[in-house]
Amino acid sequence: MVSKKKMGRDATYLAITIPIVALFFLFNTLPLIQGVIYSFTNFKGYGDFDWVGLRNYMDLFTDGRVGKSYWFTFRLALVSTVVTNVISLLLAMGLNSKIKFKNTLRGMYFIPNVLGSLVVGYIFSYIFTYIFPAFTKLLGGEGTSILSSTSWAWVAIMIVCAWQAIAMNTIIYISGLQTVPQEVYEAGSIDGVSGWGKFKYLTFPLILPFFSINMVLCMKNFLMVFDQVMAMTKGGPAQSTESISYLIYNNGMSGGQFGFQSANAVLFFVVIVVISVMQMSFTNKREEQL
Amino acid sequence: MNQNMQTNDEFKKSVLEKVRKKAARDVNWPVTVLLILGLSTILFPLYMTIIIAFKQPTEMTNSISGILSLPKSWSFSNFAEAMQVTDFWNSLLNSLLITVVTVVLSIVLHSMLGYVVGRSKAKKKGYKLVYFYIVSGMFVPFAILMMPLVKQTAILQLDNMFGVILLYTVFYMPMNVLLYSGYLTNIPIALEEAAFVDGATTWTTYWKVIFPIMKPMHATVAILTALGTWNDVMTPLVIMSGSKNTLPLAQLSFQTQFGANYNLAFASYLLALLPIILFYLICQKQILSGVVNGAVK
Repeated sequence: MVSKKKMGRDATYLAITIPIVALFFLFNTLPLIQGVIYSFTNFKGYGDFDWVGLRNYMDLFTDGRVGKSYWFTFRLALVSTVVTNVISLLLAMGLNSKIKFKNTLRGMYFIPNVLGSLVVGYIFSYIFTYIFPAFTKLLGGEGTSILSSTSWAWVAIMIVCAWQAIAMNTIIYISGLQTVPQEVYEAGSIDGVSGWGKFKYLTFPLILPFFSINMVLCMKNFLMVFDQVMAMTKGGPAQSTESISYLIYNNGMSGGQFGFQSANAVLFFVVIVVISVMQMSFTNKREEQL
Repeated sequence: MNQNMQTNDEFKKSVLEKVRKKAARDVNWPVTVLLILGLSTILFPLYMTIIIAFKQPTEMTNSISGILSLPKSWSFSNFAEAMQVTDFWNSLLNSLLITVVTVVLSIVLHSMLGYVVGRSKAKKKGYKLVYFYIVSGMFVPFAILMMPLVKQTAILQLDNMFGVILLYTVFYMPMNVLLYSGYLTNIPIALEEAAFVDGATTWTTYWKVIFPIMKPMHATVAILTALGTWNDVMTPLVIMSGSKNTLPLAQLSFQTQFGANYNLAFASYLLALLPIILFYLICQKQILSGVVNGAVK
């Protein structure tokens, strides 16, 4: 009786698992494998193609445009991550202190996160093109848009990325700060810990897990940046704001570089895995030490 | 000695009392004011969007005051035109359809797999493998799947909304299975055993006992999946390649048609943002807790 039931359970489990895993294989693993295979060809996206071995991969390291896109993406991801986390942490501490209109303020500060990043990109694009230059003109500047500057356009994209990500990270930090018991601060204030020391020795170590969640979330999302670039610069001026995803989309889909950009995508995938694994093992170690 | 310690304790207690009282009494006004001022960084872009959306092109001068002053009359003509130009109702309907079906499929399929895997992975190697296989999908960027998927969906005749829904169901599987199987560890196995003893099959036990208990996690999954799919541009852009628009995609497709008429463009942007803002205002509490649950677990 029991074994019959157990068999029924095993069969049900399999009947659930097999089709869903098959679906996952079909639309995740299979295209991944195809991507890897295409990366060894000179496929243009149409017509015939030849095997080229590792040539695409070697070319990746000498291709100026690819190099530029990695430089842009990593600089953007690192700076946005730092900016986002510093501001979110300050904001979260403010929103977690004894303030009036606490819930309303928390709710309002989260708004950027629910908005679509493409439309947000368009709106900010207008601000950078018309509002900021008008202000700098008032202050005696030249009044040109930073979006048209090859050395500053990335900052505009960084600001928009951070604007949306701060909303998310703040909420996570607030939930972290709420886990810190009030007694810790009471004990601390008796021992004369205050100000920066209070943050460094009491708050930060206790919210470290939330800090690592935010770091991982930030880095991963910023490295995959696409919508903001699409909306604000389309990679310009002079390809100075081409993110890796945008370059793969642009040249792979319509630029006749299907095979080459597949190799780029494989490299990008490896980079993301390595960074995620490094981040996780690093934060795990830090948490263990504490 | 003993006496000394006692007074020390008492001293500590009295200080503690004072600190507590002070903390409970004082509203931190400087921080409140700073936070309210800081809100301008969020409200300014929204204010600007609303103002420009209501204005006529003739009211837009190149000075800041010309751009940011209130419109002379609050006319909805820009919105009517934007709706026509971007085929608003169709795009809205497509976005709603894609999001709702994706959320329903995700809740049904991902919770089932999360349950099976969550209950079996400790005992059976095969399921442990399945768990890691699915969850590791989280590291795969869309950029690498994009090009082969365009070919694959075209061959399977899935280069349409149904294909996009299927893809979302696959893309959100790693996160959702992780969330469901994690939540399951809090649900005592005794509940299912009791149902089994009463003669229920695994299938009915799941739907009658487990599925309802996982309701809080359904809410989290629904919110995270819905926010992600509603705002996504890349997947429908490459898969449907312009044959059908979602709400964000329509902004991209008709960008050239807006031309230099920013009033029309901003009316369209506002229309695109409105549904999600309304949804957020209504379900703010659930959204905030859903997002936090999803990230922290």
